[in-house]
Amino acid sequence: MIGLLKRDLALAIKAGGGFGLALAFFLIVTVLVPFGVGPATGILSEIAPGVLWIGALLACLLSLDRIFQLDWEDGSLDLLASSPLPLEAVAAVKALAHWLTTGLPLIALAPVLGILLNLPSEGYGWLVISLLAGTPALSAIGTFGAALTVGIRRGGLLLSLLVLPLYVPTLLFGALVVTRGVQGGDGTTPLALLAGITLVSIAALPFAAATALRVNLR
Amino acid sequence: MRLAVHDLSCARGSVQVLAEVNFALHAGEALVLRGPNGSGKTTLLRAIAGLTPPLAGRIEAETDSIAYAGHADGIKSQLSVEANLRFWADVFGTRSIDQAVASFDLEPLLTRRAGEMSAGQKRRLSLARLLVTQRPVWCLDEPTVSLDAENVARFATAVKAHLAEGGSALIATHIDLGLDKARVLDVAPFIAKKLADDDPFGGEAFL
Repeated sequence: MIGLLKRDLALAIKAGGGFGLALAFFLIVTVLVPFGVGPATGILSEIAPGVLWIGALLACLLSLDRIFQLDWEDGSLDLLASSPLPLEAVAAVKALAHWLTTGLPLIALAPVLGILLNLPSEGYGWLVISLLAGTPALSAIGTFGAALTVGIRRGGLLLSLLVLPLYVPTLLFGALVVTRGVQGGDGTTPLALLAGITLVSIAALPFAAATALRVNLR
Repeated sequence: MRLAVHDLSCARGSVQVLAEVNFALHAGEALVLRGPNGSGKTTLLRAIAGLTPPLAGRIEAETDSIAYAGHADGIKSQLSVEANLRFWADVFGTRSIDQAVASFDLEPLLTRRAGEMSAGQKRRLSLARLLVTQRPVWCLDEPTVSLDAENVARFATAVKAHLAEGGSALIATHIDLGLDKARVLDVAPFIAKKLADDDPFGGEAFL
């Protein structure tokens, strides 16, 4: 399992691995929003939590179809399925590798982009905590979606349609945590719900993903 | 007995291709699958490797005893030859890749990026993976595609060594590997008759 994680991390960092794609997308979205909305700093700081969360979510979505598609195309997925690793473990490791190469860099970048959007200073802690609690769910749900659509050529559209509704609760509670934090309120209730979604996703979805993979490998 | 197949029927997609296949494979034995293109050799091998559930029948094999190698090489082109082999060694819990490297003469290529190799060299790397799995039953689908004569001989030697150590091999191939004791199973007699006779929706005309 560690070998699979190491290989996926190595592949993500090497040329063509798509490591920078999500980060670049996140950067572009948050840099463009002030141009579109205008320089009124009051509006910007009001919408900053939502924009940052939407940017992180879409950046995450962008890299999902690589999770299984490349392994399926070169035959590695067949070989992994007939290896001693259970497919549940393969799905869990793939989700972890996706989070380490996408979610974690997004969390590191988010506070910097918060400055661009004039996020009030009370919001930064809540932003990082909410992303830490929420982005693992994005990777776990996305891995399940990728397992459902593996083998479909250019399945990116179908993958987005399947995954986006499942992302909505995470987005709602994630943005709410930051908004409450900015307004000086208490964000712990939405944060607890956010963490709950993440824990359920991590616990249940690798099994669902493995089942979907078995069906798709037939 | 390493592998036994009883009354196996298997399907590709929703089309049944083979029906009531029976054979047994003992330790030290090789079985060569023959049959025209599209007769279901790949489907049979995928069913035995556990990738496609059979429609009917039983496959008897010890758990984790089958190593499968299909048409695709399963190689990551961005990684070096050594990294590719080490990854599979790690997955299968094998310490050393030396034997696999020596059997397919990969020593001079170890540091080469897999994407920069020829099709035949990639195939050698893919076959070397079989030795790394250390599993007794090899299920091979057209293993000699894109290999030159020298490397076909190298592959045949590896199969013979594997059989001599008590392993067994099930190989779908169109060429003669020169395996002395290999039996041949022609899959043509097992090709499923159109199910139209007893099932009005089973015929291909309805698909």
